[in-house]
Amino acid sequence: MAERCAVIGVGQTKHGAKRTDVSMAGLVREAALRALEDADMTWKEIDAVVIGKAPDMFEGVMMPELFLADALGAVGKPIMRVHTAGSVGGSTAIVASHLIHGGVFERVLTLAYQKQSESEATWALTIRIPFSLPLVAGAGGYFAPTIRQYIKRSGAPDDIGTMVAVKDRLNALRNPYAHLRMEGITAETVKQSPMLWDPLRYLDACPSSDGACAMILTDEKNTARVKSPAWVFATAMRSEPITFPGRDEVSPRAGRDAAAELYREAGITNPRQEIDVAEVYVPFSWYEPMWMENLGFAAKNEGWKMTAEGATAFDGDMPVNPSGGVLSSNPIGASGMIRFAEAAMQVRGQAGEHQVDGAKVALGHAYGGGSQYFAMWVVGSERN
Amino acid sequence: MRDVAVVAFAQSPSVRQDAERSEVEILTPVIAEAIDRSGLPRRDIGFTCSGSCDYLAGVPFSFVQALDAVGAWPPIRESHVEMDGAWALYEAWVRLQIGDVDSALVYGFGKSSAGDPRDVSVAQLDPYYVAPLWPDAVSLAALQARALLESDGYTERDLAAVVVRNLRNAGANPNAQVQGEFEQDELLEAPYEVSPLRKHDCPPVSDGAAAIVLAAGDLARAVCERPAWITGIDHRIEAHSLGARDLAKSPSAALAAEKAGIRRGLVDVAELHAPFSHQEIILREAMRLGDDVTINPSGGALTANPIMAAGLIRIGEAATRVMDGSATRVLGHATSGPCLQQNLVCVMEAR
Repeated sequence: MAERCAVIGVGQTKHGAKRTDVSMAGLVREAALRALEDADMTWKEIDAVVIGKAPDMFEGVMMPELFLADALGAVGKPIMRVHTAGSVGGSTAIVASHLIHGGVFERVLTLAYQKQSESEATWALTIRIPFSLPLVAGAGGYFAPTIRQYIKRSGAPDDIGTMVAVKDRLNALRNPYAHLRMEGITAETVKQSPMLWDPLRYLDACPSSDGACAMILTDEKNTARVKSPAWVFATAMRSEPITFPGRDEVSPRAGRDAAAELYREAGITNPRQEIDVAEVYVPFSWYEPMWMENLGFAAKNEGWKMTAEGATAFDGDMPVNPSGGVLSSNPIGASGMIRFAEAAMQVRGQAGEHQVDGAKVALGHAYGGGSQYFAMWVVGSERN
Repeated sequence: MRDVAVVAFAQSPSVRQDAERSEVEILTPVIAEAIDRSGLPRRDIGFTCSGSCDYLAGVPFSFVQALDAVGAWPPIRESHVEMDGAWALYEAWVRLQIGDVDSALVYGFGKSSAGDPRDVSVAQLDPYYVAPLWPDAVSLAALQARALLESDGYTERDLAAVVVRNLRNAGANPNAQVQGEFEQDELLEAPYEVSPLRKHDCPPVSDGAAAIVLAAGDLARAVCERPAWITGIDHRIEAHSLGARDLAKSPSAALAAEKAGIRRGLVDVAELHAPFSHQEIILREAMRLGDDVTINPSGGALTANPIMAAGLIRIGEAATRVMDGSATRVLGHATSGPCLQQNLVCVMEAR
């Protein structure tokens, strides 16, 4: 029988374009210390550390957990480094939850970070190597054709992406840790930003951020030290190959399968009704309606209606990314964990100005690679 | 803890440069062989986890293509560590503890030949204070060897003895890359690579891959005559700063071995991931492995060192001794980081 697992501490850095005030070690410590403080815990009490980040070439340090071991208080302890492309922040939290669910450890620090200013992500993504197709367009260029396919097949109006881009930036104004603070942003501001990869304009895209996010996960008996733990109801991970004939890249089966397993294990039959708030990995605006469908919040080709009707807005019936999401802060490796942590903050009633009233059940979601790696969890305020 | 065992192991031969094949092409037959040996239908594998490193291939997301070797359709429960495959095995073992899935595929792969691993590994040092000095992997290992020779009464003859035995053992291992019959004196006539290490004290540059299938409880018993039951597995890390460590010792290996329950019985065979000859001595001392323990019957990482797979191969080689009936209690070890910074110990037994 699996042990229960709960989030009892969350910590984030202030995310920004260039955190030149801290080293990588300083950045991860900033998040870890806040999580420890939130959990009312000391370094000594941590049994193990699970760290995740996206490609090492994004900073130019190979397996950086080795040099970060000291800063993470891991000396003499087990430390693991997870890497599952853009979903890594979510996968890392899930691997940490396995250590608790499996009864291997009682108190685990999990952390994800990216310090994009140390190198250049789009350069790292553009390297030509033998045996592989060159990806010379960066992430936006890769995903734009998939978005065009979505628009064509769903018949979504052109301004859905713009609505998401505005909504998430306005939400970010409620989040003190968010990177972008775009007071007064309107649909016009987005539409006047330069076209990068049709239909994605500059403001349809996520920023490049430095940042870290940490959580303390524990077994049931260690939850007593905090007032409101977030119980991990269920987790799910799925992967599928990046290319093969007939693959649906708009709504990948790996995402649908992961969501189905997630809801089954969490005892959720109607996600739109039973989940109060969702933090979903939306690095390009159009991915909000696409993931609404993939996650089962909307029927096929109807996700855009949720955005259009305001259902995903902060005061909608299914608020998506009240924190401002990846569109407002994107330390890539940490972006997935921030989704997971924000979900936990919501059910703990800790989200401050972006708290969704009465949130009891929340979804955290991340994806990566060519829309092929999925990690998600459902957390709740009541013990499962 | 739930009973979990190694039920199948496969590896590619390690070669200096597998120029004709991509990582996926090296992996595909290895994974197929491991799954075939396990007797489990591929679709029934409950969890998959791999270990690899982008810096070997020189490209981000180098593990993504490897999914093609697994056959991830319908989509699978899968994860990846930017570590040796031994840690992927640890993650899979943890996953199997939860109890809802009963089997896992684990693999590790590395084409070290894509670059010069001696220099590439500099990128894993502290980027602010150490890496700019560009101390390469062999130079750092030599520092450690020097620390050992000056602290514990060992001599260069002892290093040569480690090399003689591993090269001889490799003669019986068709997957080893280098082998041979040598005398200590003969080896000691060779020039230094970086004093006190000679070329034969250092690992070869290898391309290769390995895969293991784990199964829990009754499933393991059903698919394998003599499963190698994992009775303890643990890993620990030390400080990164070389100046903060006593390089002649390995407290993290000692602690991992203790937590893995090494003292709860005799060990017949230990496969130690010691890419440099002196590291085998340090690890034996840390884990207090006496002369009664057979060390590295495969020839070890001194004779085949596909980075990111070499640690997993140690676990596979040790498990094979249990599965083929030649040993009862064995130990597989993996290391990561400069000068044995991080160590994993996996104790396996016959039942």
